[in-house]
This record gives sequence, structure tokens and C-alpha cells, in this order.
Amino acid sequence: MEKKDIIQSFKDSLFTGLIALALFGPIVGLRTASKGEGLFITPQWGVVFLLVGLCILGRFLINLNSARKTEITFFSKFSSKFSAITEDKAKHFAITAILFAVVFPFLPFTDRYFMDVAIMILTYIMLGWGLNIVVGLAGLLDLGYVAFYAVGAYSYALIATTFGWSFWICLPLAGVFAAFFGILLGFPVLRLRGDYLAIVTLGFGEIIRIILINWYEVTNGPDGITGIPRPSFFGLPFKRSPDEGETSFHLFFNLEYSTMHRIIFLYYLILVLALITNYFTLKIRKLPVGRAWEALREDEIACKSLGVNPTNTKLTAFAIGAMFGGFAGSFFATRQAFISPESFTFIESAIIVAIVVLGGMGSQTGVVLASIFLIGITEMFRDLEQYRMIAFGGAMVLIMVFKPKGILANRKPTILMHGDKK
Amino acid sequence: MLKISNVETFYGKIQALRGVDLDVNDGEIVSLIGSNGAGKSTLLMTISGVNKAKKGNIVFNGENIENKQPHKIVDMGICQVPEGRRIFSRLTVEENLRLGAHANEKGKYFENDIKEVYDLFPVLSDRKTQRGGTLSGGEQQMLAIGRALMSKPKVLLLDEPSLGIAPKLVNQIFLSIKNINKEKNVTIFLVEQNAKKALELADRAYVLVNGKVTIKGSGQELLKNKDIQAAYLEGGAKN
Repeated sequence: MEKKDIIQSFKDSLFTGLIALALFGPIVGLRTASKGEGLFITPQWGVVFLLVGLCILGRFLINLNSARKTEITFFSKFSSKFSAITEDKAKHFAITAILFAVVFPFLPFTDRYFMDVAIMILTYIMLGWGLNIVVGLAGLLDLGYVAFYAVGAYSYALIATTFGWSFWICLPLAGVFAAFFGILLGFPVLRLRGDYLAIVTLGFGEIIRIILINWYEVTNGPDGITGIPRPSFFGLPFKRSPDEGETSFHLFFNLEYSTMHRIIFLYYLILVLALITNYFTLKIRKLPVGRAWEALREDEIACKSLGVNPTNTKLTAFAIGAMFGGFAGSFFATRQAFISPESFTFIESAIIVAIVVLGGMGSQTGVVLASIFLIGITEMFRDLEQYRMIAFGGAMVLIMVFKPKGILANRKPTILMHGDKK
Repeated sequence: MLKISNVETFYGKIQALRGVDLDVNDGEIVSLIGSNGAGKSTLLMTISGVNKAKKGNIVFNGENIENKQPHKIVDMGICQVPEGRRIFSRLTVEENLRLGAHANEKGKYFENDIKEVYDLFPVLSDRKTQRGGTLSGGEQQMLAIGRALMSKPKVLLLDEPSLGIAPKLVNQIFLSIKNINKEKNVTIFLVEQNAKKALELADRAYVLVNGKVTIKGSGQELLKNKDIQAAYLEGGAKN
């Protein structure tokens, strides 16, 4: 490494420091405190300098790391080892991960908190896989995916509370509704690509949320919908004392009553739903429509000249992606038993897109790793309260610095011929 | 078989084709030559339905196709190998070929069709699990042609197959085009800037200047034409 490079990276990190100063100066440096009558500004320059210093140092280290590309540094060694494990042995990894997921609820250290986090991670994995169909395979950047999650959740909640139908009837209905909304969004955006598409989908997500807030007669507005029926174990409810003429889960199986039964059931439910999403995606990729999605992502003109109908292809991608979002939404509704528009804000869409992009667009395993990483880290730092979003941001920056194309950037070919190496 | 009459195509307000008249008969190789910006690619895109003609008719086997959607036109048997090859670079060679068979559920005969393409371009067979983007320019062109053949076209539209390819491979590709025409009975409509090669290969040829056909005749006639030699052929300017 030359002296010139060091000076260059030093200059660059000083510049980063300036930006950090401009950002942190007013936000962190000027703190308002209420003393007696009125607000007073208490400066806290010490903290600002600490933060700016950290930024300069971090930037400098990143620069040093990227300047010495040929030499093996700690970070690149770590990341290449990591990708070697996941890319070469993706299949083993998948099987191990699924086995682990299956036995997870019965591991000795698994408690209620771990189960809740696991359910949350699995929900995001499912959403990530659903969005992966739209973004990863069809290459249509959808920033309003949460809209379909919301449609699924509200469809389930409204149908279940109005008609009292069981979860297993409402779930497919919610998926159908969400798919319908997917097509509804699909039509106006058929001609759009890239940034323009992203803006319209972003708007669509907000439209749905605003409708949910304002259509008071149906959605109950900002108050949300309460008393959404819990799922039953194929007709056996999870209740301590079942109603007249009903048998509850613990009585039927002769178990001591425990609230964990329901949690474990929910865990397996989302695990199965997520795995169905994954299986479906892997299968459809090998069918003509799946291949057409990938081709459309690569080159629309070539697709047209080969006889692929781009209208139908895009609409199916939106519809199917939305359907899985809807399934995840109804799961969310039944798990929470309460939903309100607050749960379906833009930040949710952003997190799902982040999971897909950071995982490596189109990579199924990448989505899993990114979900665990992003959601897990935010959960781990829950004690830090409002600072945990910093951890979330930090996790994103780390992935983008060391794995700019996503955790698993390489898309595996979907076709291997007979006799080829597996 | 394919009859184009008085076709006008616009990009916004800019007129690219100013009344093109042109015929392609069954079993022929027809070449269209012209300089940059003459409207050659626009004409192919108009035939394929990607650009719509504002005026004029395109008749294929007795049916008007100027208002049909691109995928319908492919279903009818007109397939284009677009300029710059436009292969799907992140998909494998085989996946690219499968996409060619996308039209009309022709996948049933897929195994046989793909074998024919591999026989025509053996190099593709060696590289079938490789990503399209890792092929050389010439191999990509072969892939693009093979991909179009997978849709079993009656007419193959080729847009500058020699563009950006090593001279040695250009010869090979022109030879394969001739083979496709003679052995598979596919009518060829070839658009080229490499006028000499295109005219040598063609049964008949047209010259397009500023969106209009100015000269037409057999390939050999056009090769001897003084104006064409001066404007499009090497060394012609000296005469």
C-alpha cells in the first residue's frame, strides 16, 4: 500500500467527518431540555465529537480495507469463508436450517421470547420470499409490498369477524384478495420500470394505508380491528376451558394446559407457510412462466421478440407475489388478534425490500440469512431502546460494505443437464 | 409471404420510415442494406410489432399483422434476432434456448428442437450450463439465432448478425444462415451494414435510405451496381 493511498483515504475520511458533523451537529449536539418554564438548549458537543470521530475512523478503516484488495484482511477473510460455506453447500445448509427450524421449539433454551422472535423472523422470511418473486425474479422493484400484507391481514380479519369462518377458509380467500390487488396495481404500472415503478408502488402502499385509516365504516379506521379469532388446531381451540360442546387442544391430547401450545402451533404454521412459498418459488422458476419472469428482468425487448407476452408475465408476477404477501398478512392478523393501519407503514415495506436486496436479489437462502441478521440484530439490541435502529442501519451498512451484491450474490442456474455435476 | 406496403413509423414526432414497400417470398433470403439511421432496425421492430406502424400494411400469409401484439406475431411464425443479440446474460445457455421455445407451448418438442440447434451450433452444446453473459460475441450471436429458431419460425428476421464479431466467426455465422435457409426451409430477412456479405448471400436485396427503399434487385445485380459500390462497398469509392 502506497503513501498516496493513505493520504487519499485520510482526506476522504475527513470529508466523511464533515458530513457527519453537519448531520450530528444539530441533531445530537443541540439538546432541548425543559427547565422550569420553557425549553432551553443544552449543547452536548462531547457526544458529537465522539460520533464524528467514530465516523472518520470507520471510514478510514473501510478505505484501508478496500485499498488493500489483494492482501487478505480480517474482514475479507471472514466474508469469503462465509460465502464459501453458503454457496458451495447451499443444499446442506438448507436441509440443516429446516431441521433446526423443526426441532427449535423443543430445544432446552427455547423460551417464549425466543419463540416470538423466531415467529417474527419467519414472517419476514415469508414476506421476503414473496417479494423475491416480484423483485428478485421479475425484476420489478416494488416499494409498496406492505400493501398486500395489509390487504391479506384486513381480509382475514374482516371475513373472520363478520362471518366467523375458520382460519383455513379465510387464508386462501385472503390470498385471493391480495392477488386481486396485485393485479390492480399491476395494470397501471405495466409500462413502468426501475425508479418510476418504485415511485408508483410506493404510492400504492400509502394509498392502501390511507384507505384503511379513513374508511371507518369498514376498517374501523385508526382504532383497528380487535377480537380476531385465533387459529384452532384443525377445529380444536387453544383454550384453558373450552365452550360447551367443544374439546380444546390440551384436553384432546391429554396435556397440561400451556399457552406455549398456541405459540408452538403458530410457529409451525408460519414455518409451513414460508416453506410452501419457497417450494413454490423454486418450482415455478423451472416452469415457462418463471423463466419468462427472469427473462423479462434481463431484457424486455428480447422477450417481446421471442413471443413472451410481457403484460401477462408482469401481472402474474405481481399477483403471485401479492398472494404470498396476503397469506403472511392473514397469519399476522390471527397471531396478533388485533390489527390497525399502524402495522402497515412504509418502514415495513422498506425492511422487506432491504431483506431481499441485502440477501442478494433472487437468492432464497440469502433472504433467510438477511432476515435473521436484520431482524435478529434489531431484537438483540432491544435493550438499547431507541438506539436499536442504529444497529439496524449499522447491519445494513456492514452488508453493503462487505457484500455489495447481497449476502448470496450468485444466482444458481435453474437447469442442470443430466450427467452434469450436481 | 411477407408483404410490406407503404409503412410509416414514427418515434414521437420523428419519422423513421417514410413509406417502405418490400416483399419477402417463401424460401428466399432477402437482404436489406443501408447506412446508420436509415431505418433498418425500425423496419424489423415494426414487422415484429414492437414499434407500431402509423400508416401502411404488413401482410403475412394473407393476414394483416400491423396491429397485432408482438407475442401474437411470434406465434404466427415471425421471429426476430434483435440487434446487439440481447441474450439473457444471467441465464444459462440452455435457459436462453428454453425461452425461445416459450411461444405457443412448443416445449413439447423441446428435446428434438434443442438437439437441432446444438447440431447447428455445436459450441452451444459444450456451454449449455454456462451463463449467456460469459460467451464470446460470436457465440452469443449463435445463441441468439438458436434461441429464435426454438420458436420454429417460418420467417427469421436477423438484425446485423455481424455486429461486433470477429471476422472469422462472421463467415461461420453467414454460413449457418444459409444452412438454416436451405435445410430447415426458413425464409430469411437479413438486415446488415456489412453490405458485401449480405448481398453475396441474398437472393434478392433492397437498399434503404432515409426511411425509403431506393434500389432493389437480385443480390448479384446490386453487387455490380456502381452507386451501391460507391456508397456501401469497400473500394467502391475509388471508381
